[in-house]
Amino acid sequence: MTISHLELTDVCIDFPTPNGPFRALNHVNLNVDKGEFISLIGHSGCGKSTVLNIVAGLHQATQGGVVLDGKEVDQPGPERAVVFQNHSLLPWLSAYENVELAVKQVFKRSKTKAEMREWIEHNMQLVHMEHAMDKRPGEISGGMKQRVGIARALAMEPKVLLMDEPFGALDALTRAHLQDSLMEIHADLGNTVIMITHDVDEAVLLSDRIVMMTNGPAATIGDILKIELERPRERVSMSESEEYNHYRHEVLKFLYERQRNPADVEPEVAEEKPDKGPELELVGKEDAA
Amino acid sequence: MEQSHNSLKEINGATMKLLKLTTGWLEPVIKLLKGENPKQQLTIIGRSLIVPLIGIAVFLAIWQGTAPRIVTSLGAFPGPVQVWEQSVNLVAEHNEEREKAEAFYERQRLRNEKKLAKNPDAKVKIRSYTGKPTFLDQIVTSLVTVMTGFLLASAIAIPVGILIGLSPTLYGAINPLIQLFKPVSPLAWLPLVTMVVSAVYVSSDPMFSKSFITSMLTVLLCCLWPTMINTAVGVAGISKDLLNVSKVLSLGWWTHIFKIVLPSAIPMMFTGLRLSLGIAWMVLIAAEMLAQNPGLGKFVWDEFQNGSSNSLGRIMVAVLVIGFIGFILDRIMLSLQKGASWDKSAVLR
Repeated sequence: MTISHLELTDVCIDFPTPNGPFRALNHVNLNVDKGEFISLIGHSGCGKSTVLNIVAGLHQATQGGVVLDGKEVDQPGPERAVVFQNHSLLPWLSAYENVELAVKQVFKRSKTKAEMREWIEHNMQLVHMEHAMDKRPGEISGGMKQRVGIARALAMEPKVLLMDEPFGALDALTRAHLQDSLMEIHADLGNTVIMITHDVDEAVLLSDRIVMMTNGPAATIGDILKIELERPRERVSMSESEEYNHYRHEVLKFLYERQRNPADVEPEVAEEKPDKGPELELVGKEDAA
Repeated sequence: MEQSHNSLKEINGATMKLLKLTTGWLEPVIKLLKGENPKQQLTIIGRSLIVPLIGIAVFLAIWQGTAPRIVTSLGAFPGPVQVWEQSVNLVAEHNEEREKAEAFYERQRLRNEKKLAKNPDAKVKIRSYTGKPTFLDQIVTSLVTVMTGFLLASAIAIPVGILIGLSPTLYGAINPLIQLFKPVSPLAWLPLVTMVVSAVYVSSDPMFSKSFITSMLTVLLCCLWPTMINTAVGVAGISKDLLNVSKVLSLGWWTHIFKIVLPSAIPMMFTGLRLSLGIAWMVLIAAEMLAQNPGLGKFVWDEFQNGSSNSLGRIMVAVLVIGFIGFILDRIMLSLQKGASWDKSAVLR
């Protein structure tokens, strides 16, 4: 068997608390192939972000570890670019300069100034932001900021693109636009992507595999659903597809039957409460933030 | 009026930008002169210029009304009119003194030329004029002292502030010292500074006078703390997301400092700098009075000791000038802050 592109082997993490270590993740095993689009889904507090942070190198696993192309991940680095939930652009730099900061860091030896400029502009075009390159983050909308954030991550030419609820703070229409853009880019560039999401539709529409996580503490991977929908996927026709709805149903079943929201599993009163996840959107894509 | 309007029009772009930053009311005046939406400009001028002027006029009226009733051993307390007269006098005295100085140098030059004409090898002595420093000289001395102390203090406080903001350990080590020294009036340091400067700063041909070094160090001591604390707080408060960005990009230490840390700490840093400069100006005047070091403080003290019938008026002129300079210094800092701030939506005042 060949070695996977990205390998998470027996990853466990303990966070120190006054009452002793708290095990957040327990024995997470996952192999990701090159070019694969993976979604992590689960209830709040199940450690999705922790998994992503470990792959990014921002957290260190207590036990087990992550290997990317045969090299162990022990610190953050631009080959594992992160798109943060709240864009995290530097507010004192223009969109162009934000991307430039990343490009200069990654290509300072391999690209000339003109090549860098071209590369930055190319990435801005990928996310359809070439018209607002000189605007500062404070002057553009949330969706545009997130586009720049994606451009910054793409411009690093990462081996793995890590996205932490990239569209969580956006309204439904903007989110749909960005999802379409992301699918286009993924089809063009074939990046390996790991994306955290709360949105079942988003997960089914975008992913090759959906990794469903059990509830914490000591969260782990509950099930992995392979999505074998043909690409390119088109959201409107998908919504009528039986296959699509089947996948959607599978995820929902996992989330609401096998892994109930921990907030609802309080003893005694739990029976009376209607079964709904406050952070999860089921039907519509009404904006959470 | 007509003339000033015309000259205003001629002000070039760069100066206009500076003026706009320092004086908010000038902008609508300039726009009005250009004929841009006159009604709106007039409303803005009314709010930002007329209302403050009314306030000043009322103050002057109350001052003029009450001053003559306060009778001191040096005569009645000066009203606005006397103070104005004295300010004219002070400028006249300054001009007189300058003429005297010029005359002195002219005489010296002629004398030396004569000497050299007689004997080309003669040694020529050039003495500098040792007249009494005028009010305007004292203003310049005070300004130079305060700016030197302030700039030196900032050059120390900002890097230290950044370092203790970055490292909680270093912060823990230095914070008790800051807390201990911050509430100390720099005037308490003055005797120590004076003694240390006299002992340490020994030179046959000193570049700066001892009194300048003493006043400047006193200013420096009081400028350190607000800048240092505010810079540290600003640096420590950088959003965790931006720190993560820096980590993911694997930014080097210097890039991290200049691209992430400094820009996010700038608003707090400037708060500290403005506080420092305000305190420095107040402290300097007091230090000059106490130590008899040249500057505005010495002028006030000398006039107090002098005790002529004009003294109170002259002191009052100094008081107003001190206030005005303090105000201008703060405005300059504010415009620098506005220039350096990336968050243009923040309301700075």
